[in-house]
Amino acid sequence: MIEDERINALAFKKGLANIKATNELIIQETAENGLQYLRNENNRPDIIMLDLNLPKMNGIDFLKVIKSDSSLKRIPVIVLTTSVNPQDKIDCFDLQVAGYFIKPIDYFELIKSLYNYWTKSEFTTSDKKN
Amino acid sequence: MKNNKTILLVEDDKVDAMTVKRAMSDLKITNPLAHVYNGLDALEYLKNKKNEIPCIILLDLNMPKMNGLELLKVLKKDSDLKKIPVVVLTTSNAERDKTESFDLSVAGYMLKPVDYKKFVDVIRDIDLYWTISELPDK
Repeated sequence: MIEDERINALAFKKGLANIKATNELIIQETAENGLQYLRNENNRPDIIMLDLNLPKMNGIDFLKVIKSDSSLKRIPVIVLTTSVNPQDKIDCFDLQVAGYFIKPIDYFELIKSLYNYWTKSEFTTSDKKN
Repeated sequence: MKNNKTILLVEDDKVDAMTVKRAMSDLKITNPLAHVYNGLDALEYLKNKKNEIPCIILLDLNMPKMNGLELLKVLKKDSDLKKIPVVVLTTSNAERDKTESFDLSVAGYMLKPVDYKKFVDVIRDIDLYWTISELPDK
């Protein structure tokens, strides 16, 4: 998860705990830190939750970098943002996001839906260690 | 789904297509369902100005004439069509199919359950997810 507001990250974490999801949640507070984390090829999340409004490098620029990288582009990116700007939505779908959720949102419904959907989905594991 | 736009099902197997339709009906999903049998027909459907752009595409992989991955490659090169979320719905558990699908930016890869109730669950979860999620409006 790339999210600069701690309160939002905690809400998401709490939401996962509520449904007893055991997925590991790694939180990076900036796009730069997110990219640095991903530069280590042992770090390969199954999903990236992406806020758009971030300090310095914003979410869309992060998304452009990810989608230009042959080993990172196959990780589904799901946007979770307060932005109601229609252009942001169009830009994100142009950049192949696998979901776009606008806050405020019922975290319980969101996480339940995310969990059910992505539990049912297959993933590609070719780069992963585990 | 969020709006009441058409869902495009690209599926060559008539029984599987019927199962999708039946599941949608049982779930009271009101989106119109357009069904084509292969990638070529899908392109023809999508290029036809009379047809509304679907809100999502449910894509089988193994189809004659033009298969799912071939269709995906074409879709993702088209500036209008590439925005449409594509969810793979297939019997293929092959790693290569999954890798290629995600490399081509699919927004989900679901294996078709044999059991009808589980099939309905998959359709329900797809519908709910894409109802809560925004979709790229034109």
